[in-house]
Amino acid sequence: AIVWDEYLTGPFGLIAQYSLLKEHEVEKMFTLKPGRLPQADVKNIIFFVRPKLELMDIITDNVLREDRGRSPQRDFHILFVPRRSLLCEQWLKEQGVLGSFIHREQYSLDLIPFDGDLLSMESESAFKECYLESDQTSLYHAAKGLMTLQALYGTIPQIFGKGECARHVANMMIRMKREFPGSQNSIFPVFDTLLLLDRNVDLLTPLATQLTYEGLIDEIYGIQNTYVKLPPEKFAPKKQGEGGKDLPTEPKKLQLNSAEELYAEIRDKNFNAVGSVLSKKAKIISAAFEERHHAKTVGEIKQFVSQLPHMQAARSSLANHTSIAELIKDITTSEDFFDNLTVEQEFMSGIDTDKVNNYIEDCIAQKHPLIKILRLVCLQSVCNSGLKQKVLDHYKKEILQTYGYEHILTLNNLEKAGLLKSQTSGRNNYPTIRKTLRLWMDDVNEQNPNDISYVYSGYAPLSVRLAQLLARPGWRSIEEVLKMLPGPHFEERQQLPTGLQKKRQHGENRVTLVFFLGGVTYAEIAALRFLSQMEDGGTEYVIATTKLINGTSWIKSLMEKLEPAPF
Amino acid sequence: MSRARADEEEYWHSSKFRAFTFDDEDDELSQLKESKRAVNSLRDIVDDDDDDLERVSWSGEPVGSISWSIKETASSSASSLEGRDSSLQKGSSSYTGFPKQASSYSLSSLFKGEFCLSLPALSDTGVKNYAPELRRPKAEYKDYSSDWSPKDTVRRMQRGKVCSLERFRSLQDKLVLLDEAVAGHDGNIITAVLIFLKRTLRKEILFRELEVRQVALCHLIHFLKETGEQKLLLDLLRLRLSSLSLQLSQYREHLNIQDVEKRREFLKGCIGLPFSAEDTSHIQDHYTLLERQIIIEANDRHLETAGQSEIFRKYPRKASILNMPLVTTLFYSCFYHYTEAEGTFSSPTNLKKTFKIPDKQYVLTALAARAKLRAWNDVDALFTTKNWLGYTKKKAPIGFHRVVEILQRNNAPVQVLQEYVRLVEDVETRLNLATKYKCHDVVIDTYRDLKDRIQLAAYRCKVERGSAEEGKIDSILNNTVRN
Repeated sequence: AIVWDEYLTGPFGLIAQYSLLKEHEVEKMFTLKPGRLPQADVKNIIFFVRPKLELMDIITDNVLREDRGRSPQRDFHILFVPRRSLLCEQWLKEQGVLGSFIHREQYSLDLIPFDGDLLSMESESAFKECYLESDQTSLYHAAKGLMTLQALYGTIPQIFGKGECARHVANMMIRMKREFPGSQNSIFPVFDTLLLLDRNVDLLTPLATQLTYEGLIDEIYGIQNTYVKLPPEKFAPKKQGEGGKDLPTEPKKLQLNSAEELYAEIRDKNFNAVGSVLSKKAKIISAAFEERHHAKTVGEIKQFVSQLPHMQAARSSLANHTSIAELIKDITTSEDFFDNLTVEQEFMSGIDTDKVNNYIEDCIAQKHPLIKILRLVCLQSVCNSGLKQKVLDHYKKEILQTYGYEHILTLNNLEKAGLLKSQTSGRNNYPTIRKTLRLWMDDVNEQNPNDISYVYSGYAPLSVRLAQLLARPGWRSIEEVLKMLPGPHFEERQQLPTGLQKKRQHGENRVTLVFFLGGVTYAEIAALRFLSQMEDGGTEYVIATTKLINGTSWIKSLMEKLEPAPF
Repeated sequence: MSRARADEEEYWHSSKFRAFTFDDEDDELSQLKESKRAVNSLRDIVDDDDDDLERVSWSGEPVGSISWSIKETASSSASSLEGRDSSLQKGSSSYTGFPKQASSYSLSSLFKGEFCLSLPALSDTGVKNYAPELRRPKAEYKDYSSDWSPKDTVRRMQRGKVCSLERFRSLQDKLVLLDEAVAGHDGNIITAVLIFLKRTLRKEILFRELEVRQVALCHLIHFLKETGEQKLLLDLLRLRLSSLSLQLSQYREHLNIQDVEKRREFLKGCIGLPFSAEDTSHIQDHYTLLERQIIIEANDRHLETAGQSEIFRKYPRKASILNMPLVTTLFYSCFYHYTEAEGTFSSPTNLKKTFKIPDKQYVLTALAARAKLRAWNDVDALFTTKNWLGYTKKKAPIGFHRVVEILQRNNAPVQVLQEYVRLVEDVETRLNLATKYKCHDVVIDTYRDLKDRIQLAAYRCKVERGSAEEGKIDSILNNTVRN
């Protein structure tokens, strides 16, 4: 039997489903919780856990309760994901249960494939660890993941990077390569370039509300390991003959990835362009179903029938996405969403970033969710290269008085991460950065975009702009701005044996792997996919990250957990 | 026991358990068998569906009546994908089907099934034979006796091998070991080394050395926080070794104290810590607030149980006020203690003064509290100011549209609402609010002032037939005709 750390089931579901484990004779699966392990007629118990102390306590509890008079004895094994932790083993030892485990191993799951062009480490706390706790273990894992990737897809000849963490990862990669001379392989390189980007180079983008279809689904409902849970009301089954009127109460769970034809088409579109696609699709599908009336001969009917499964799939997919779009539309058309977006857009285009904002004050007075407030205040701070001391103090006071003084801890974390600060240098660099990198586009085309700014209806994500400018014309043209952004920028080359050097055909696209250290949003992914699809782009992008984030989940990861620890 | 071991050997050797042996060489054959099995089982599902479909469509029923579950859809579309793309066929059928993207570069053909399974082994290119090593009894480990340099030790630990650190006896050696660990950026190793140092070095020496090694210091602090060694943390704090905000982590401790009296004492102790000026004032406020809450809580609980105070009988308290935010406390005191003199701790004005609550915030909170009690006179008084000539005037620091919203949320009667809708300055907003909340009089008067006959006539259909409002509209319309 396998006992799962619940957090791991999501990522593992992406690489091995229950049926597969069952084929490998996994009899039972449980989630890890304190108390006695459930009854099961199995010999071996394997714990799959993240190396966390609180989980070790639960395991200890499990094991201690188990040992009391039971025959036949069961064997325990422990698998740490992604790394064995000496601290955890020490902890188990102190509890006197370390000896109960016959095997203690690690399952180095570094990068998990999420989609055809997307890899994630799903390391929730990577940003927090790197910037608040100066713990660079996640960077070490990122470097290891990249080594694995290179072992499979060939050495990446060019490495570019911007930011402290990027520099660290590149250094570690180079060192690992030196330390394992055997890792030099003879695989023809798939990637031409690796671009390492620190999240703190672009703190702005995740704070803004994403406006792509997938981005909004994530903002509103939260996508976990490609699955989303939706309120069930809109998905009530319309089966005939079933008298049951009771609505389903379980949330509806849907998997979202590009395997679904329709989703692949609309996921990266601006939400305002989704409606027309859906209605067009609806017409095509009904037309296709109409064809059955024209089918005369048995042969024609047979052909029609053979297409049915595909059509049915398309229809149910259309039905689902129409429902989701309706749900989202209810929210995007609400007054509050509009007000919030207006304020965000004002900040990003540089309007009134230096004084206390009325809308934010109102939201605090009405006790809107704290995360929403923090997102807006941080956004204002970033768009102003820090707030005036008076403004910052005012916000802090209002937040603490309304939400409780203990949030001083969270505010402190945000300050440490650079999301919230007072303007000390006395100079606001953001306008320069905005103009040079063309971060704000006034004439944005949401239906048929010609620039990445469509993903935020006006704001072009800084991180993606950096990737775009690196491909053409190169970073040399923006030296000045790069210096204003935190951390060093650099370029490294990894020598390839002559036989493996690529001779590029004319018109062939370069492939760049963009690795976001500290998280990436769906809107940024959409923007990179948009660049990949540009006809004269010349570069295609594959994306890797430590974690898929949105503003809410990101801020949440930086907040101090305020309820006392359970033990 | 020996029997158990044999069983276990068999368990781990047998090829069926491949996924857990982390062997590098993938048995192509068994992989294929697996995927074939998976594909076959899939086909069963798909075939079933086909039968279903045919039956229905041949019988001429509307196709819409066939409901497909998500799962079926997903599997059938995945299988059709595989049919077309031969590179996907192998292995991936039982995982998530990775799509082939039309125009952008796709990894899908590269992520075959075995990639996922072999990943753990590949990720450590240097060590390929994990599985055999597992079975080696501990005594056979040679690492204990070998004489590894600090650098080698760290590297071996990074590869997940057990290394003894006890050999590093001199301070010099230990520090080299620590520096090596820090250079490797692997928190796991750094922590392990720190645990070792913490055990074998005197506190003073350890702290002194960490002062110049901030990264290691961070790891130690994090470790101490995780394991709850508050005392050592405090020692570190006293030395003020670093610019890190250890004060706050000390302050954070109050959250773990359940007893309010103890918590209050603890916060009092925190005030003296070297915080920044603003943080000190916030923490001072936190302390003062909790102190107040304790007094109020004791007093009110007494009042409530005595059952003599009408307000507590009519609106029993839902929860204790302890540990609530300041604004919530203010609301509470506006609700239960509104009329008290400024001298008492529980009076709203006292709170306002003590914590320098801004006017806006105060008015909003008081309004919400009094509206909830339907104390419309108090609401009225909140916005009434007298100037020096003795004229009264209505003024609100928050804008009257907000006042209306709050009153409406508390189900204020139309007569009350109307009065404040009338005070909204912006005509457009006023009309909107008045229409929304059916304050007919305000709508009618506004249209009259605007001299907008058409809108007024249109509004006539919205009021009740034969009502006073209708009469009013009619008289205005007639009036203007005569003019």
